[in-house]
Amino acid sequence: MAETRTAPVTAKPVPAASMLSQLLIPRRLVMLGIAAVLVALIVIYGRWGWLAEPKYQTLIVRGITNTLILLVLTMGIGMAMAIPLGLAQAVGPWWLAAPARGFCGLVRGTPLLLQLFLLYYGIGSLFPGIEGIRESWMWPILRDAWYYAIFGLAISVAGYEGEIMRGAFKGVPHGQLEAAKAMGVPRFTLFRRIWLPQALHKVLPTLGGETVLTLKATPLVAMITVVDIYAVASRVRSETLITYEPLLLLALVYVVITAGIVVLFRRFESLFPTRTA
Amino acid sequence: MLALAAESTWPLLALQPPGWGAVLLRGLWNSVLIASGAFGLGFLIGIAGAYGKLYGGPVAKDLLAVYTTVVRAVPELILILILYFAVTDAVNQIMVAMGQEKIEISGVAAGIVVLGVVQGAYMTEVLRGAILAVPVGQIEAGRAMGMSPLRIARRVTLPLMLAFAVPGMANLWLIATKDTALLAVVGFAELTQVTRQAASTTKAFFTFYAAAGVLYLILSIASTLIFSRIEARARRGQRVMGR
Repeated sequence: MAETRTAPVTAKPVPAASMLSQLLIPRRLVMLGIAAVLVALIVIYGRWGWLAEPKYQTLIVRGITNTLILLVLTMGIGMAMAIPLGLAQAVGPWWLAAPARGFCGLVRGTPLLLQLFLLYYGIGSLFPGIEGIRESWMWPILRDAWYYAIFGLAISVAGYEGEIMRGAFKGVPHGQLEAAKAMGVPRFTLFRRIWLPQALHKVLPTLGGETVLTLKATPLVAMITVVDIYAVASRVRSETLITYEPLLLLALVYVVITAGIVVLFRRFESLFPTRTA
Repeated sequence: MLALAAESTWPLLALQPPGWGAVLLRGLWNSVLIASGAFGLGFLIGIAGAYGKLYGGPVAKDLLAVYTTVVRAVPELILILILYFAVTDAVNQIMVAMGQEKIEISGVAAGIVVLGVVQGAYMTEVLRGAILAVPVGQIEAGRAMGMSPLRIARRVTLPLMLAFAVPGMANLWLIATKDTALLAVVGFAELTQVTRQAASTTKAFFTFYAAAGVLYLILSIASTLIFSRIEARARRGQRVMGR
């Protein structure tokens, strides 16, 4: 136990003091000054009056909440699907590996926007033709764009992450698995206690980047009528006829969430001690 | 059920006018055109950006860092909207300042510029990594032979880095073809947009979206094959591991 605690950690968080001193170089101060002037100009001369309206304030809060819920849910569901997909591709028999590879190729080979359209407008338009479906308990779910958005995004995450998990499962040292087998560890325990944790540890740095990519894919759900922060901004734009300001706010929101994800994953990584040579 | 509903609408995909096949193919052609243009523009920006990040002055390095960070942190959809309006606005302001009439900017040109700027940020990182992978001795040898920096870039660095850059560039090309779908939000007639029009006119949603999916898939599979050829060619003369 003591060993793991004292083991050196690779992902050293950069101390705040040194980050600050990096910014205090004269040329960077000048650049910061120019940036501050630009931001000030945008704030002063931009049309931000709509931000004061309570109607838009509640919409913005709801939009950001929806975007975050969508991100967390789809990453969770997508990763849960990606683990079997990766395992099937890495060590599965051909009748499991081939469909898994086909699924990943299909998801990665077509635009997400088209997948969402196909799910919501395409498959969604076929459901009303099934008899008795309007009376069944499933109808409210089948009619709601929100579930199509979660399903579509989760499938997309699963497709991209399945490919990454395949590499991660293959990358776990063989000796670890052989040692466990020699000790008579049951197969499922071996997977749960040895194989999966090490594979997840390996993909953690990649996973942060993938989460940012998923965040950047979420505004597409606005195209199938889900109210996320992008949809709110589009509504503001069409109602107030302001072109740029809502888009700039939108960009700021996504940059802030991205920064949050990066910080969160840096903390995750520093939780797991890594041996460095 | 699914097959049945789709089957009765297959004739809508015919190439002749009652069918929408020709419209879809023209949309695909537009998508490929924009993706190629954006990829090319992105490559040029990427080379300039990569050299700037590696050999540029401190201010250039900082500015490039801001460019690549911002573009990679903001969703493409929003960048496309901001850039689309900003580019068309800027061009029209310049035209007015020069005493010319306002012009309607072609969707293809705007699409290429907007996606090219986005691609350029990713390409900068890909090419920077590839240039760093070129053995230093090769570049030093070029300098020792008295080659000018431009000649070293053309004869040594760029050809050698290509082998390292091709996998990343193949990825970016696939992203470019898929990102063209986002131009549907500004109403440009690429594959996804014409599919949406065809589907809402004929009400055969499933048939058209499935057909467009197949077209995108064919494009991506063909691209993967072509890029593996290019990579094999770029890697000729490299030592194969374990031989």
